[in-house]
Amino acid sequence: MIELEQASFSYGGGDILSELSLHLAPGTFHFLTGPSGSGKSTLLKLCFMELQPTRGQARIFGQDVRQMDRDEVARARRRIGIGHQDCQFIDHLSIAENVALPLEVSGQDTSAAEADLRELLGWVGLSGQTAQLPPELSGGERQRAALARAVIMSPDVVLADEPTGNVDWEMAQRLLALLVELNRMGKTVLVATHDLNLIRVAKAQVSARVLRIVRGRLQAAGADL
Amino acid sequence: MKLRETLATLGTFGLSRDGAERVVPSTGATAWLTTLTAAAMAFLAVFALALSLAAGRMADRWSDELARSSTVRISAPAEQMEARVRAVMEVLTTTPGIASARLIDETEQRALLEPWFGPDLPVDALPLPRLVEVIETGARYDSEGLRLRLAAEAPGAVLDDHTRWRRPLVQAAERLRALGLASVLLIGGAVAGMVTLAATAALAANARVIAVLRLVGARDVYIARGFVRRFTRRAGLGAALGTAVGMAAVAALPGGEAATGAFLTGLAFEGAEWLWPIAIPPFAALVAFAATRAAAIRMLRGIT
Repeated sequence: MIELEQASFSYGGGDILSELSLHLAPGTFHFLTGPSGSGKSTLLKLCFMELQPTRGQARIFGQDVRQMDRDEVARARRRIGIGHQDCQFIDHLSIAENVALPLEVSGQDTSAAEADLRELLGWVGLSGQTAQLPPELSGGERQRAALARAVIMSPDVVLADEPTGNVDWEMAQRLLALLVELNRMGKTVLVATHDLNLIRVAKAQVSARVLRIVRGRLQAAGADL
Repeated sequence: MKLRETLATLGTFGLSRDGAERVVPSTGATAWLTTLTAAAMAFLAVFALALSLAAGRMADRWSDELARSSTVRISAPAEQMEARVRAVMEVLTTTPGIASARLIDETEQRALLEPWFGPDLPVDALPLPRLVEVIETGARYDSEGLRLRLAAEAPGAVLDDHTRWRRPLVQAAERLRALGLASVLLIGGAVAGMVTLAATAALAANARVIAVLRLVGARDVYIARGFVRRFTRRAGLGAALGTAVGMAAVAALPGGEAATGAFLTGLAFEGAEWLWPIAIPPFAALVAFAATRAAAIRMLRGIT
């Protein structure tokens, strides 16, 4: 589904990621850990085609990213849901409209999806905030809305960057349950997180591989995880 | 499990509904300025069109009607005038290409001079030349040949085929018509430029919205559509208002007899010509559509 081969990414003269290889097979669950600034978000952006490797190769759904035109990138992105750390929203649309945006841009009838949209927003604890605008929400609420938007198309791949960074433990478990359920449905999940407790809880529910970025390279995490 | 059912059905909803325009926020003052400018441009385009059509009518009239008539002016001492007139008429009736030759009588001649000398002009007491109105057939006569014959057979008779004063008038009217049409095209270009600037400003102001749309898999045509529809509608609406006001203003201009050829009183639409300004709003909308789409696609190509 997503393959990086000897991929490097440089910015400002130095390598953030160096000759890194990653293969996300269908139906797998991966955690990505590493210290702040280690390149976790950059790796997710490479997987989402927001960035291209400065060296090496990135293949998304079998296509070389460098060979894809803009429409092919857009179509591929509809098969990948992403929840960024900075939770980008359109500020004049309500939270419900923002979450339904992937349906809208892919030409689907959002009014027909209303009940399911409410169900999803209820699951991430935003039932009472559906009509609110993004600037009116807290950081944690925005993160939950971003994750809801990432999964609303039931995409083949879900990429989540620190999805539980600003939420309490109970909500973190609910969000994890959402990702685990998607994985059980055959979706590929990659979660970048600092939260080791979350990883331990997840490994009790699903077969997850834990990767760590160290000095720009990927390593398998130790047995403690 | 309810969550699983929800997730399973989320990706399989029904028919599409276009919401691109709603996703792009309205840009307040820019929106009004676009509409207002389009209205002003359309108003000017109506007048440019009226000018062009009026000039065209005038050019046609001058070139068609005047081109078919000429005048022969006969000057001679009073005792020789009758003989000279007969000689001229003889020459004219035997010249190929002349349909008719008519001697203008004294009453008619007095009427022609009345605007300049008043009604009490003593025509009998003045040594006025006699005039003969010549109407051509479809095949034009040889004016140089006729001049030579008149000089030989009726000395003092001068042919005036109106070419000297008609040609610059017709040329001026034709150039005025071309200028009017060029003005309409320039106004169209100005609308395109104005819409491009406004659309580029709107796209730049919505960089964050565009980034989010790209994030959720929106294609460039979807993003562009939101801007294109908005600017097309604004330009079309503004142009419709401007055209309506312009047409009303043209209709309210004081009229005059077309035969007089007076230019200012002829600045109007006649008959089917009223259909021309109706084409201005769709033309403005088309220009806005093309300009916004080109600006949007060009700008979006620079965003990953």
